[in-house]
Amino acid sequence: MSLLIKKGRVIDPSTGLDSVSDILIEKGLIKKITKNISDKDVKKVIDASGSIVCPGFVDMHVHLREPGQENKETIETGMLAAAKGGFTSIACMPNTVPVNDNRSVTEYIIARSHEIGTVNIFPVASISVGLDGVDITEMADLKEGGAKGFSDDGKCVMSADLIRRALEYTKMLDVPIIEHPEDHSISSDGQVNEGFISYKYGLRGILSAAEEVIVARDLILQERIDSLLHLTHISTEGSIDLIRNAKKRGVRVTSDVTPHHLLLTEELITSYDPVYKMKPPLRTEKDRQSLVDALKDGTVDAIASDHAPHTFDEKDSEFEYAPFGVIGLETSFNVIFDRLVNKGIIDISKFIELFSINPSRILGLEGRGKIEKGAHGDLTIFDPEKPFKIESKNFVSKANNCPFEGWEGKGSVIYTITGGKIAYKS
Amino acid sequence: MSEYKFNQNHLLGIDHLSDKDIDKILETAESFVEISTRDVKKVPALKGKTVVNLFFENSTRTRSSFEIAAKRLSADLINFNSSVSSLKKGESLRDTVLTLEAMNPNIIVIRHSASGSPHYLTTFARSSIVNAGDGFHEHPTQALLDALTIKQVFKTIRGLKIAIIGDILHSRVARSNIILHRKMGNEVALIGPPSLVPKEFEKMGAKVYYDIEEGVKNADAVMMLRVQNERGAGNYFPSIREYRKYFSINNRVFNKAKKSAIIMHPGPLNRNVEIDNTLADSDKSVILQQVTNGIAVRMAVLYLLKGDINESIN
Repeated sequence: MSLLIKKGRVIDPSTGLDSVSDILIEKGLIKKITKNISDKDVKKVIDASGSIVCPGFVDMHVHLREPGQENKETIETGMLAAAKGGFTSIACMPNTVPVNDNRSVTEYIIARSHEIGTVNIFPVASISVGLDGVDITEMADLKEGGAKGFSDDGKCVMSADLIRRALEYTKMLDVPIIEHPEDHSISSDGQVNEGFISYKYGLRGILSAAEEVIVARDLILQERIDSLLHLTHISTEGSIDLIRNAKKRGVRVTSDVTPHHLLLTEELITSYDPVYKMKPPLRTEKDRQSLVDALKDGTVDAIASDHAPHTFDEKDSEFEYAPFGVIGLETSFNVIFDRLVNKGIIDISKFIELFSINPSRILGLEGRGKIEKGAHGDLTIFDPEKPFKIESKNFVSKANNCPFEGWEGKGSVIYTITGGKIAYKS
Repeated sequence: MSEYKFNQNHLLGIDHLSDKDIDKILETAESFVEISTRDVKKVPALKGKTVVNLFFENSTRTRSSFEIAAKRLSADLINFNSSVSSLKKGESLRDTVLTLEAMNPNIIVIRHSASGSPHYLTTFARSSIVNAGDGFHEHPTQALLDALTIKQVFKTIRGLKIAIIGDILHSRVARSNIILHRKMGNEVALIGPPSLVPKEFEKMGAKVYYDIEEGVKNADAVMMLRVQNERGAGNYFPSIREYRKYFSINNRVFNKAKKSAIIMHPGPLNRNVEIDNTLADSDKSVILQQVTNGIAVRMAVLYLLKGDINESIN
């Protein structure tokens, strides 16, 4: 069992690596990184000349819908979509049916992913039993079962006392609390960003403040407790300011943003097309710009898709009745690489940090998110010049609720390698 | 009548119309007003055409108004009532509309509680779509019938000041009227508590007032909106008692408007809540004239969308 990747431009900013090299993977682990490795006795050789070889992408915020909502997505189709999008590891959120609030569900997801065996799945278990926001889950047991984070994603932990206890309890576990910041008493039955557009188009609004008051609350608690806090899918300038200031004060906090919040704005909802309906909602251009700036200065640590598959029928409806969420596993790399890296807004090192190094570190994925001897053989190989066109009819995901339909650009995944095995080949 | 050709396939909102479109609809409506006063209230302009009233929200006045308008144009009309709607059986709006369209209607008039529903219909339906009110978004025929009423009184629909009072945030009537009167170059004052009248509405070209007397000053037309007086409607204002005290219209406040000013209301009225009884029934009130004009305006809209232009309207 060996794989040799020849002549790729190998980049890993975490180790300062950036040169045309060969990489030999044996028994799932990186054995050697150097020029001109002999292909003698190597089972499979990949010619990566002209391509970039980097630590495998990690999407730390994905909904796989299994168990319970297999009509939207399954662990298998989600893994296929991840592999196609260049992701070697994904973290899946606990709002399945039943909720991943106990070890048996966590273990089921992991066992099922091993049966399929393309990419790595790291379940995120819920903070509260049944996502009810009342009692904390058996977090130590869940960690032992394989949970890499705790989140009530989709719902925010509305009780300040509960989030306080969860942060305190997880201090002994070194597993992050992943907060979906949304004060539900403010967002209520809101549909889109609240402001001139929501007023003019007659849609109920979700104030930026719905996110910001929770970000502020959690940062204040975390400053005192010093556990591991990750704030997911940040969407407003106000949240960015709060996180930036907290980091300056030395508060231990990390955050991610989605490709759609980095690239799209609220004007799109004037079409009333539910493909632009998600939580948090698309915000203003000023918010969008602040998210991009936050990537550059390190306020935001990771890009995550919040891949949220829904069936065609569910999204084919009146705007108000459609469920929230868009998919992203098969498009995140393309749109971010083309619109942010190719346009010179972030450099390739920053891109790899956001897509691989940082999310691996936040989730505590040992031996991943880096290219060095002994690390897992998880690599993404992409051709920065190869053009793409996003067409949902070609998706391997079960869903097609993608807001980037028709987008074109340069930068395509050529191979996704997980544990030294080819999970995807273009 | 002007030679301007109305070129719209749907009536989704005032936002989609030009000022010339609005003039054309009003002129056409003026020519229809007389028909409703005849002994035989019928012209053959839409003979052989089928209109579907697709109402997903309770409505008596708007539904009846469209029904009478269609019938006075000799169209065949069917009512699709929400209480027997297939939505309750879990059918999607697309399937409902495709089923109706399999029966080859020409116009679908839709009222729906979800904003943007008429726009959604245009993405797949073949019929002309008329918005009879979508969520908080628009209610274009209401704004047009209001405009016709104003035009009848003042002999013009330009150069006026319109004051709109009440729950602007949740009012499709307000939105359509703001857009219409800004397109016609009128001054628009929005009046209500800040929780119901966000300052952002000024980006639509209106001016926001929290003081009713200040806002009503020198207005030509004062439009009242219905206040939701059901309990539990939210924390938008403390009580009907307080609302009445600061935002209802009475003679004292109305005197700040121009001498020639009129009082309007889209109905149904909450008597002695947003509007003082004596004012509602005074000679300043054009509330029933608005209802009458609803027929002519809706006849005009149906006719301009699907009427046989060669067929005489007389």
